[in-house]
Amino acid sequence: MSDTETRDTATHAVSSNRGRNGGQRQLNIRDEDICVEIDQLKLWYGDDQALKGIDLQIPRNRVTAFIGPSGCGKSTLLRCMNRMNDLIDNCRIEGAIRIDGQDIHDRSVDIPELRRRVGMVFQKPNPFPKSIYENVAYGLRLQGVKKRRILDEVVEKSLRQAALWDEVKDRLSENAFGLSGGQQQRLVIARAVAIEPEVLLLDEPASALDPLATLKIEELIFELKKHYTIAIVTHNMQQAARVSDYTAYLYLGELMEFNDTDTLFTNPSKKATEDYITGRHG
Amino acid sequence: MRNWFNRGIPWIWLNAGAVAVSLVLVLGLFGHVVFTGLQHFWPKDIIAFDYAEPGQDPVSVMGEVDRSEVLSVRAAERRGFEVDESGDLITRHRIKRGNRDITDRDFTWYVQENMSEWEYPEDAVRLERRQWGDFYGYLREVRVDGEVVAEGDAAWERFDSLFADNVPRIEEIGRIERVEIGNVNAEIEELRLAQRRLRANETLSEQERQERAEALQEERNRWEDEYDELVERRNELLEEIGRYDAVFETVEGHRKTMPLGDIVKPSRPNAMSTAEKAVFYVGEFWDFVSGYPREANTEGGILPAIFGTVFMTLVMAVFVTPFGVLAAIYMREYAKQGPLIRMIRISVNNLAGVPSIVFGVFGLGFFVYFMGGGIDQLFYSERLPSPTFGKGGVLWASLTLALLTLPVVIVSTEEGLARIPGSIRQGALALGATKGEMLWRTVVPLATPAMITGLILAVARAAGEVAPLMLVGVVKLAPALPVDGNFPFLHLDRSFMHLGFHIYDVGFQSPNVEAGRPLVYATALILVMVIIVLNLTAIMIRNHLRERFRAESD
Repeated sequence: MSDTETRDTATHAVSSNRGRNGGQRQLNIRDEDICVEIDQLKLWYGDDQALKGIDLQIPRNRVTAFIGPSGCGKSTLLRCMNRMNDLIDNCRIEGAIRIDGQDIHDRSVDIPELRRRVGMVFQKPNPFPKSIYENVAYGLRLQGVKKRRILDEVVEKSLRQAALWDEVKDRLSENAFGLSGGQQQRLVIARAVAIEPEVLLLDEPASALDPLATLKIEELIFELKKHYTIAIVTHNMQQAARVSDYTAYLYLGELMEFNDTDTLFTNPSKKATEDYITGRHG
Repeated sequence: MRNWFNRGIPWIWLNAGAVAVSLVLVLGLFGHVVFTGLQHFWPKDIIAFDYAEPGQDPVSVMGEVDRSEVLSVRAAERRGFEVDESGDLITRHRIKRGNRDITDRDFTWYVQENMSEWEYPEDAVRLERRQWGDFYGYLREVRVDGEVVAEGDAAWERFDSLFADNVPRIEEIGRIERVEIGNVNAEIEELRLAQRRLRANETLSEQERQERAEALQEERNRWEDEYDELVERRNELLEEIGRYDAVFETVEGHRKTMPLGDIVKPSRPNAMSTAEKAVFYVGEFWDFVSGYPREANTEGGILPAIFGTVFMTLVMAVFVTPFGVLAAIYMREYAKQGPLIRMIRISVNNLAGVPSIVFGVFGLGFFVYFMGGGIDQLFYSERLPSPTFGKGGVLWASLTLALLTLPVVIVSTEEGLARIPGSIRQGALALGATKGEMLWRTVVPLATPAMITGLILAVARAAGEVAPLMLVGVVKLAPALPVDGNFPFLHLDRSFMHLGFHIYDVGFQSPNVEAGRPLVYATALILVMVIIVLNLTAIMIRNHLRERFRAESD
């Protein structure tokens, strides 16, 4: 089946010869391989317009951070990319999101398939009340994988990728709720990467965690971007500066500024952005 | 004082008081049922005394003290007692004298002032009999084939050993009558129906019909021979048992000859030690739980009622759980939450408030007459006019109660589903699960404890329900259990006995209400215990599941 193929494309189609941003070379969006393209995206919750025409390009194998005050629409934007907003009644969307050139709102798109390609990690760790092993294997089981050998392999690989393997390898059959909050969040990330998505959406993944766990998640994000295109929503300016290559600043449903992280934080082109990142907003 | 009030202490007292009162009520009720129900089986001492109302000749009385109470002299006179007017208060005792065939009155009140000293004769015998209730008296002679083989002091020992020899014979008779003849009858009935079918079948040629009819007749004859053999065997046993009898004498001096086969359980409670009484007690209790009823249900055991209650409840659970769970999943997860679904939900909730007898009437009209009658027309036409499913039975009773308890299951399943956090659902969807996969792999398993809670409530309600059952299948005395060794083993068309109805029947409908009253308590106790056992089983399963799916809230 296409299982192996997808894995190959996801893992090796990467020309990861570039180092960490900041210093060695200046990133420029024009040089990037664009993975997700958002085109005049407008979204309404009933009569309230939450997104007012967003144009954005998210580059492949980079971390793109969305920052902005609460209610600015950054989570909404993130949830558009795997159509989680479909679950909300009377939510209306205009405009287009293209992933690898394919419009995800096209009729031919199978939503579960889309969500397999675009994984998501939520603010609060939400492991299933099952064993650690079953949590990670959940996505594969959905795809009908039954062979124990394959499952074992993928579970170990995913937990290693999520930097959790060493902590849980002796208690894979224990309930996932026995883990600490930080471990749970990494487990959820392992669960998401187990099905080899192309894009990984992280919705404030560290906001419910203590500083040490946060640090681990950040290191993990740095590792993961070798294989995945990552979009992260965060309230924490330092975190955005630390982990991301590109940053988008949203305000009241509009994209105020989008640039590589260094430029945006050191030399914002708009006053509003500067006010926000220096804490003078509001 | 004001300060005391402001600190909210009165509220604490008020709330704690409410809890305490409820607790006292529940424990009092349960304690009363347990105490009264359990003490019935304890062998009471037999007392004997002379009773003489002023100015009359004394009469001898023997029996058990059933109840005692204190009366004022005036009240006693109003009730027709002849007493000395010296005191203000008198004590009267109700004595169970038994011997209904001789004295015609089982229970009689006696005033203590007119009694002689109570005696506890060692050799007083209490007999539990197949007919006429208990007997109290003395054993005088034991006879075999009419010849006296033992009398006086040696009689009891001989009687005891002969009686013990008889027990296996009586058990065999019971087995022959209940099981073996039942099986043969079932076969003969089957053949009779086959013959009727054959007669109604017009597609066969005359010759073929002839041949088949002969084959059937032959087989029928074989079974009838078998039947005759069984009857003969039973008669042999009866004859053997009939050889033994014993002569008893009541305290008034009546002599009574009784075949040993008419005696269910002889005992001499006054001669028993406490340990012997305890053994006797356990035996009595076991006989009650595992025996079949006798004498219009006022004697014997309640096994068919226990079995009927449990069986009917289980069948109901089998019907109500899938229906309720599926309906709840649709209403909570799939249906659009609009005014229509709200109305359906309100209707379902109100269904729980409909008086249960209304469900009984519905069950009788729809299930029994309409569906059962239809099934009979379609599949059992050769048995008509005697109905198979077109009368009350376990199936219809279970379905009626399933309807009655459906709201409970739906409501608690819905609540369970609503409690599953959205984050778990989103987590599953974000991994590429379809809605169905999300529900069946993650959400529904997590809601199983809530479903079982609903089932527990349903079982508790259904096991105690009597009124609707009287219309759709419960009977005073069922000839056979709904499960037996004859194909198809589960006979859902049969009517059955139920503990709740048994209580009503023994307590209020029996010819001898006084004698039956302790049985009412004992049956109530068993009913409560059956419900507790059913619930505990379900609770254990639920806790086990809870452990497995420890939810985020824990």
